[in-house]
Amino acid sequence: MKVHEHQAKEIFRKYGLPVPRGYPAFDVKEAVEAAEQLGTWPVVVKAQIHSGGRGKAGGVKLAKSIEEVQQIASELLGKKLATFQTGPEGLPVSRLYIEEGTAIDKEYYVAITLDRSKSKPIIMVSAAGGMEIEEVAATNPEAIITHTVEPFIGLRSYHARELALKLSLPKNLVNKATSLFTTLYKLYIELDASMVEINPLVLTKDGNLVVLDAKVDFDDNGLFRHPDIMDMDDPTQISPLEVEAKKFNLNYIKLDGNIACMVNGAGLAMSTMDTIKLAGGEPANFLDVGGSANATQIANAFKIILSDPKVKAIFINIFGGILRCDRLAEGIITAAKDVSIDVPVIVRMEGTNVELGKKMLQESGLPLITADTMWEGALKAVEATKRR
Amino acid sequence: MAILVNRNTKVVVQGITGREGSFHAIQCKAYGTQVVAGVTPGKKGENVEGIPVFDSVNEAVKEMGANCSLIFVPPPFAADAILEAVDAGIKTVICITEGIPVNDMLPVKQYIRKYYPETVLIGPNCPGVITPEEAKIGIMPGHIFRKGKVGIVSRSGTLTYEAAYQLTTRGIGQSTAVGIGGDPIPGTVFADVLKWFQDDPETEAVVMIGEIGGTAEEEAAEFIKSCVKKPVVAYIAGVTAPPGKRMGHAGAIIAGGKGTAAEKYRALESAGVITVQNPSIIGETVERILKEI
Repeated sequence: MKVHEHQAKEIFRKYGLPVPRGYPAFDVKEAVEAAEQLGTWPVVVKAQIHSGGRGKAGGVKLAKSIEEVQQIASELLGKKLATFQTGPEGLPVSRLYIEEGTAIDKEYYVAITLDRSKSKPIIMVSAAGGMEIEEVAATNPEAIITHTVEPFIGLRSYHARELALKLSLPKNLVNKATSLFTTLYKLYIELDASMVEINPLVLTKDGNLVVLDAKVDFDDNGLFRHPDIMDMDDPTQISPLEVEAKKFNLNYIKLDGNIACMVNGAGLAMSTMDTIKLAGGEPANFLDVGGSANATQIANAFKIILSDPKVKAIFINIFGGILRCDRLAEGIITAAKDVSIDVPVIVRMEGTNVELGKKMLQESGLPLITADTMWEGALKAVEATKRR
Repeated sequence: MAILVNRNTKVVVQGITGREGSFHAIQCKAYGTQVVAGVTPGKKGENVEGIPVFDSVNEAVKEMGANCSLIFVPPPFAADAILEAVDAGIKTVICITEGIPVNDMLPVKQYIRKYYPETVLIGPNCPGVITPEEAKIGIMPGHIFRKGKVGIVSRSGTLTYEAAYQLTTRGIGQSTAVGIGGDPIPGTVFADVLKWFQDDPETEAVVMIGEIGGTAEEEAAEFIKSCVKKPVVAYIAGVTAPPGKRMGHAGAIIAGGKGTAAEKYRALESAGVITVQNPSIIGETVERILKEI
């Protein structure tokens, strides 16, 4: 789960990390009040969306007066901001963060995430802050200093100090950076984060270390331990259909194509998308109905798929293991009574109770197109979209 | 011979009185697996269709001689369950549970590595392991597997079934099928399983099914280049997956431009692996390869 910068900074503040003063604002009036509350100029008006690259996209602006705050806030709020991460569609700006300005001398980079090849956390620091770290990694990998953390002992002061020293920070800030790094690790572990990133960590003109941008991603599987973080979820940042799917325990991700798919299992769902593409079509979604889907869930899956107006055909690809084919067939039949399905439906099923499932579908009289393999199903789905 | 599990393997099911646990314990037993015990703390003395329930894995090992554990314990307690099995001396721990927090797995993985280097953890978030017609220790539909000479190793459950089915319908059996699971910290990786298949005289070829995210397939490619002499047929799911989106499995995400299917295909091809882009031709590709051997 992702959170906004202002929420990440709120968490950082609780851990005593050096964050500039700032307030979230949901409308122009609140933005003005926040600026007045700060009482210093300039202030920074920052669009809050779940993406990096906001500065380059015009989502972060300096304001030197109340009028400028008003103007920038009204320009940003209600707009969609497209960054290199969001794609051309962009994400809606429904809140801002108003922060006191910081006079920057130098920018650094700090991040902690999981090094999957070692199965241990890794902390990365760099004096090339402010830039996209992927770019630094590609063009100047020596500029990134890393330390792999041994989970049994964690990130100790001596590890952190070594990183601070390698960054060639001013001497009087080495201790401060050391405790900043160890605190950040503590936060990463305690809150079940999957990534924490400070880009940039700033050396200010008056010689302080300040967290200028903060990003925290959380491990969805750890959220049950952190109800306060779960409350930070902002559904405006994901597609409404994905929000709807979540309610029914369906794993749905909207894509741009016109062939919807309904599959059991994440791997098979990805494969089905790939096969559609290989057959000359474009998948409209990723949808894993899971191993224990019941008839109601299948019906809800149909509703969600069909509320995407682009969808011209549905390809159901089920390998019955735990999810038996007869149960799936029952779900399709129930759904067809409940929802009007006005696009061709291609069904490929295999596995447990497949004969019974096929028989049920045949006897239902529904206008279904059947296929024996994934490939045949994908070809028939592509053909169906062309015919219409 | 096969790998990991066979008809002599004695299984204890942790979380056996839960809905999933009891259902699959019975299914495994019906397949012919020796399910000798179950564990649910506080329920000692009960039984699940004749399978005796104990309070701890230790008891199940001492009283019933269990040497393999199958875990269905809910996510908040699953890391503990793995450690309990490992400490009780179980040599093969298979964890089906989906949704274990990554930070819970961090110490588990290192603990096993450091103190029990001989112990094998399969999963979590996996379908389990099957040696057809000998032992099914997991949640896979047993009837689609046949005894034979092709090993399967996969990060995805349903794709394991898809591959096995394609093989079986062509009359090609499997030595063992191992689902290593879709989590960011897996107990066992492709390279481990490939080594076992290379060393197993019954296995003649291997099907490897990867997916986007992480670098396990690239590491497997390195290993294949130097140590695997048997033919490997590989498929990677997620060519069309957009970056930054988690495709169901916690581990299936393209992050920071890393972990794309294209990169994985490139690495595998340079290691001499036969790759297929179309998952529907896994079976026929293996059939062709076996004729060439």
